[in-house]
Amino acid sequence: MILYCARFDKALSPFMSLSLADVEKVARLARLAMNDEELKAAQSQLNNIFGLIAEMQAVDTKGIVPMSHAQDVAQRLREDKVTETNQREAFQAIAPQVEMGLYLVPQVIE
Amino acid sequence: MLNYSLTQLGAAMRAKKISSIELTKSYLDRISKLNPQLNAFITLNPEVSLAQARAADARLAAGNAEPLTGIPIAQKDIFCAKGWLTTCGSKMLHNFVSPYDAHVISQFNNAGAVNLGKTNMDEFAMGSSNETSHYGPVKNPWDTARVPGGSSGGTAAAVAARLCAAATGTDTGGSIRQPAALCGISGLKPTYGVVSRYGMIAFASSLDQAGPMGRNAEDLALLLNTMAGFDERDSTSLQRDKEDYTRDLNKPLNGLRIGLPKEFFAEGMGADVAKAIDAAIAEYKKLGATVVDISLPNSRLSVPVYYVLAPAEASSNLSRFDGVRYGYRAPEYGDLADMYEKSRAQGFGAEVKRRIMIGTYVLSHGYYDAYYLQAQKIRRLIAQDFTEAYKQCDVIMGPTSPSTAFKLGEKGDDPVQMYLSDIYTIAVNLAGLPGMSIPCGFGANDMPVGLQIIGNYFDEARMLNVAHQYQLATDWHSRAPQGL
Amino acid sequence: MTWEIVIGLEVHTQLSTNTKIFSGASTEFGAAPNTQADAVSIALPGVLPVLNKGAVERAIKFGLATGSHIAQRSVFARKNYFYPDLPKGYQISQFDLPVVGQGALTIQVEPLSGNAKPYEKTVRITRAHLEEDAGKSVHGDSQGVTGIDLNRAGTPLLEIVSEPDMNSAAEAVAYAKALHSLVRWIGISDGNMQEGSFRCDVNVSVRKPGQPLGTRREIKNLNSFKFMQQAIDYEVQWQIDTIENGGKVHQATILFNPDTGETRAMRSKEDAHDYRYFPDPDLLPLEISSEWIERVRETLPELPQAKQARYVNDLGLSAYDASILTASREMADFFEAALGGATGQAKICANWIIGEVSAQLNRDGLDMTQCPITAQQLGGMLQRIADNTISNSGAKEVFRTMWAEGGTADAIIEAKGLKQVSDSGAIEALVDEIIASNADKVAEYRSGKDKLFGFFVGLAMKASKGKANPAQLNDVLKKKLAG
Repeated sequence: MILYCARFDKALSPFMSLSLADVEKVARLARLAMNDEELKAAQSQLNNIFGLIAEMQAVDTKGIVPMSHAQDVAQRLREDKVTETNQREAFQAIAPQVEMGLYLVPQVIE
Repeated sequence: MLNYSLTQLGAAMRAKKISSIELTKSYLDRISKLNPQLNAFITLNPEVSLAQARAADARLAAGNAEPLTGIPIAQKDIFCAKGWLTTCGSKMLHNFVSPYDAHVISQFNNAGAVNLGKTNMDEFAMGSSNETSHYGPVKNPWDTARVPGGSSGGTAAAVAARLCAAATGTDTGGSIRQPAALCGISGLKPTYGVVSRYGMIAFASSLDQAGPMGRNAEDLALLLNTMAGFDERDSTSLQRDKEDYTRDLNKPLNGLRIGLPKEFFAEGMGADVAKAIDAAIAEYKKLGATVVDISLPNSRLSVPVYYVLAPAEASSNLSRFDGVRYGYRAPEYGDLADMYEKSRAQGFGAEVKRRIMIGTYVLSHGYYDAYYLQAQKIRRLIAQDFTEAYKQCDVIMGPTSPSTAFKLGEKGDDPVQMYLSDIYTIAVNLAGLPGMSIPCGFGANDMPVGLQIIGNYFDEARMLNVAHQYQLATDWHSRAPQGL
Repeated sequence: MTWEIVIGLEVHTQLSTNTKIFSGASTEFGAAPNTQADAVSIALPGVLPVLNKGAVERAIKFGLATGSHIAQRSVFARKNYFYPDLPKGYQISQFDLPVVGQGALTIQVEPLSGNAKPYEKTVRITRAHLEEDAGKSVHGDSQGVTGIDLNRAGTPLLEIVSEPDMNSAAEAVAYAKALHSLVRWIGISDGNMQEGSFRCDVNVSVRKPGQPLGTRREIKNLNSFKFMQQAIDYEVQWQIDTIENGGKVHQATILFNPDTGETRAMRSKEDAHDYRYFPDPDLLPLEISSEWIERVRETLPELPQAKQARYVNDLGLSAYDASILTASREMADFFEAALGGATGQAKICANWIIGEVSAQLNRDGLDMTQCPITAQQLGGMLQRIADNTISNSGAKEVFRTMWAEGGTADAIIEAKGLKQVSDSGAIEALVDEIIASNADKVAEYRSGKDKLFGFFVGLAMKASKGKANPAQLNDVLKKKLAG
């Protein structure tokens, strides 16, 4: 196991580091507000983590079928029958902002 | 009675030596005394628990009790329980009183068990030390300056400190097994698909499984009997014949072939851990087992593969937390984008945000093939290694964790160091296999050491048998932290 | 300077299942906000999707009806983006492996202007996949807030993607209409465009013939064929003008404003969405066996194309008439029921339906399903025309009465005395009488005043109280007037 620990040194890592712009883009995609300080901290942490991941990329996986699920089973189908009842009151009792049965959010402009 | 097994407790209740109300009250008392030191519980609802206990006593009196009827069980705060605050260890759900029951919770309710309270955990199950919880870290009952492990740290601590009769956890990369090892208790992660995930807040959907945690294998078997089973609301829940997981507990172990992967016994494991594991293997030989050297060559890649796949799935699973329909919404914001960004930035902790970022990145345009797809392919290789290995052995063993419990804050600054705590457990989740940890001695700083037992698909009954026989011959599992 | 227009369509059609694609919540239209939004629809923590068999069946039907490849194994994928009407923060859709693959739809195109005749065209279908619909945004009275209704979230959609095979607004509209007709025909969608059951996104680009494809812009959410045509026309002209003025067309999502007749780019914040598609780990691969496909095939009605061919080949109708009659299953069913076994009357029956029936429906603002007369009633009337009981004008009155008041043809004919006189003896006697009483006019006619023929017809009609069989009367008059 110690074999790959040495590769966490960024200098040896084949991984291309994330730029600050990359981090900013990812934060935006993920809807996470970050100030400059936080972005910088995230950048160095993420680069460390990607150093960990880098070794995986060099492995030859030609012809291997990706494994999405543990079991080789097909999707089960549900009968097209109504089973759910109106639970609006219960569900909206825990909502941040509702009015007339609608969830309210800041106005969306197309 | 604190050291009674579930079977003994059930018998005592049926013999009217103790009632469920008395049992529940005594645990609630103990919790109020000891939880402030340990922080194992996030939410208690004594009135609700006692009402369940009352109903259980009525069932016991009527003679239609099940093995778990009246038994107070702690539930990891990742399971939605109707009417209960369900936080998942996060500020994001600080006010989420669940309007429905998870399948696992329903199973326990139907069995007449008592919900003793919701246990603390790493935020959204992301962590190996229970230090990322918004509700404060959990302390290891053996040494409160040390971590209990994670993400099911609250559960592990509660069981070790005898704050409950038994409990539930979830395991995505080791989150049942590793805290079980660090707290000297037993825990089992079933084969993927055996326990329904409906109502279990998702971290990494293709890896998450719920499982029992308790003081011995026999208890785990009883808990699994209640937890396991098909649920039509979970597409990944398997339709299989009902099993009684206690059925093989008493089989002798003669002829058992134990595979020892050389990769699990290489450098990286502490000498103290190695010593305890070796002693456990020796004990198994005495019980009639033989040892086979095997290799899991691709397991060395499990950590990087996991840290691509799990964050990828998590980044998507956690997108529903946006402050619109439930949960935390930032008190001040401008437009919609601002509301999303602030609610999520304020609602999620640092580790969760890190993983969301990793996940978002590895799925993003241009990187999918190199990271996500590559990881899924290597995952197949890792699973194939196990399939090969099981041609030569019946179960696989090794250490659960490379070290005993570390100090709180010790791995704080470097997430990567924390991720390495899972090197022995992760491959099991990637393959979807069942895995257990049972106590097998003590190591550095007199802290517990856990032995990991990995079974082939659907081989839980045999694993429990293997664990139980060891627990009949040894007493590591009966040890309790001093002074509690 | 001729420009080639290149158009592709992406149509989202809501499937007519009782429940949502991934949960057992009702899909009935018009419920109060969020009363059909179950735990799965509002994406509570911990909930999971389970696939609706009815949605899959409808996808199979579509694949069969368009001769498309039906994947025996397809995969659901997550399309990740944030929007308040998308509760999970991702839409469950299909990406790499859709349930339906390549197919085609043959359409009849009516050029919108000029004297060109209708022509046939085959539009290739790239794929069709299953996915879930999003909720609805409601812009209410309160300032600065939008209300979200998740009743619609999770309704099954079939997204049908065409190749960019269309080259004019007329072709695009014809394709959209044919598709609309088809999904209703095979019963997989009610196609109600006002309710949002059938939504079209149109990708438009222009290029000089022989040049590579131009940059396309996508006109979103068109829910009327009229607007589709207007939008395409405007957009095409806009693109041509832009290029001819030295500008560049940039990829954009655009909306059509029916009030101004213009298209404009949406307020799209940043660069193109990065949806980060990956296979949904909560769903397993969908497997469709050949046995299931065959069982579904047996439930399919005769498809429009087959019917059209039969109408032309067996019933002798024109291709145009056949295409009108097969525009909807209701009309085709009505036609066939009215015709019954009297296949010799196919042309007349077709004329009445395409003519009078359609005109009346239009006038009254009804569609075929609300037709006040039954196919049997019409069929009865057609028989009385065929057996000469009534004349054409008599039929018109029967029809009018039937439509307004109901009743069978026979009852109306009886009540209003509309039986025409076709008895040749009676007609000859009548004509003899008229000739006898109008000798001078007869003489004038015989000396060359042909126009007087109408005079005699009028007299005969008056004398017979309008019941003389006009054709027969004409023959007898001609013969007897000739002398």
